[in-house]
Amino acid sequence: MGVPKRKPSHSRQRQRRAYNSVLKLPQLSTCPQCAAPYVPHRVCPACGYYKGRQVVSVQALG
Amino acid sequence: MRHLKRTAKLGRTGEHRNAMLANLVCSLIKERRVTTTLAKAKAARSVAEKLLTLAKRGSLHDRRLVSARLRQDEDAVRMLFQELAPAHKERRGGYTRILKLAQRQGDAAQVAILEWVDTALTTTPEAPKEKPATETAPAAATEAPAAKPPEAAAEDKTTPASDQK
Repeated sequence: MGVPKRKPSHSRQRQRRAYNSVLKLPQLSTCPQCAAPYVPHRVCPACGYYKGRQVVSVQALG
Repeated sequence: MRHLKRTAKLGRTGEHRNAMLANLVCSLIKERRVTTTLAKAKAARSVAEKLLTLAKRGSLHDRRLVSARLRQDEDAVRMLFQELAPAHKERRGGYTRILKLAQRQGDAAQVAILEWVDTALTTTPEAPKEKPATETAPAAATEAPAAKPPEAAAEDKTTPASDQK
């Protein structure tokens, strides 16, 4: 089986991880119903409201 | 030639996919709402809307076409023709709605609700947890025990865990 010949240098390791610092959370909005943060265009996971309407029970989601 | 004819394959063979979508649409007809992955919801939406269009025309031939697509689930066919078709009489297409939910724990799949537009489920508005605790704590405390049991029973029916695999 093919096996790496060398351990990656510190430079290689840092180059690989440099992009990790650019990663961010998705843009979040504040729920008009319960003021919890939620992902836009999704049902609010905290209160189950979407577009001013209760569409799903939070208890049922668990 | 199959050029540019795109279908959501959903990782299945044609027979498997058609059977799965028939099951999913039968559940949608019977339960009025299904919770599934976003890709399956979009595929089932296409099937469901076409069947409802047939149901609105409502001839015997249409009924047989629908029955064939739903694998002869005659209960579902009956509900589609007698309950859902009249409910969507005034609407010209766009009979279903997809609501995106949060990602699923476990595989981070995009989950969605697929439901009929004109047969709105009466999901009782429940007080959000944070607000009543600060503002109307005494009132909520008195109402909560009485309101809880029927609400919980209704929720079991409205959101079946009907992710057809």
